[in-house]
Amino acid sequence: MLNQIVFAYFAVVILFSAIMMITRKNPIHSVLFMLLLFFHIAGVFVLLNAEFLAAVQLIVYAGAILILYLFVVMLLQVDREVKSARANRFWPWLAVFGLMIAAEISLLVLRGSFPAGNDQTMRMAAGAGVRELGMDLYTKYLVPFEVASVILLVGLVGAVMLAKKTEN
Amino acid sequence: MVPLSWYVLLSAVLFTIGVVGVLTRRNVFIVLMSIELMLNAANINLVAFSHYLQDLTGQIFVIFVITVAAAEAAVALALIILLARNRGAVYVDEFNILKG
Repeated sequence: MLNQIVFAYFAVVILFSAIMMITRKNPIHSVLFMLLLFFHIAGVFVLLNAEFLAAVQLIVYAGAILILYLFVVMLLQVDREVKSARANRFWPWLAVFGLMIAAEISLLVLRGSFPAGNDQTMRMAAGAGVRELGMDLYTKYLVPFEVASVILLVGLVGAVMLAKKTEN
Repeated sequence: MVPLSWYVLLSAVLFTIGVVGVLTRRNVFIVLMSIELMLNAANINLVAFSHYLQDLTGQIFVIFVITVAAAEAAVALALIILLARNRGAVYVDEFNILKG
């Protein structure tokens, strides 16, 4: 019961801040609502016994990616934003379209059944800790892990190459 | 105990909000942040199923998703800086350099 109340709080704040994020005129306000959203998603991860992922969510998403966004938003001019239109001219149609997609997915989820039982819980001590996550990551998933590090390297070099000022 | 379908519903609605943000907004920052929103919706789904199926693969997948999101954000923001420098705008409907 307590879990459900906590989940309801997280869900309400997540959906509220997501809607605020896509509707604000000022991009800085959007970034701050995104920060609120990431904190509450980390809360949902804690509720799902994924404490390590909650920490990664806060450190990488809220601490690194979002601050990068904030820096670039502040570097570029956003004064024009206040005067010009924030959405393209088809936005009411697209919003209705989004509502239809959400209703359709909700209907499918509510009518369907899942292979996992609703009353199942994670094995607390033996299967969910950071230790097991690390063991899996460095043995079973070693090749994807290395590929991910190559992707990060390519992202690093690519960002520097693109944003560098050319001489000519 | 929270039913699994609640998490799936939350992530579905969050994903839809991200789709609407990508389709409607003109500011390219908001478009990129909506993409991050969709990735986060997928992450909630993966962690929820990992919890209920008692399998850590979902959590490991989330780590890779976060890695790719970080690389994507870095490259995309570099591209935005480049576009803003060359075109003087951060609005997606003013980028018609490819005449698409």
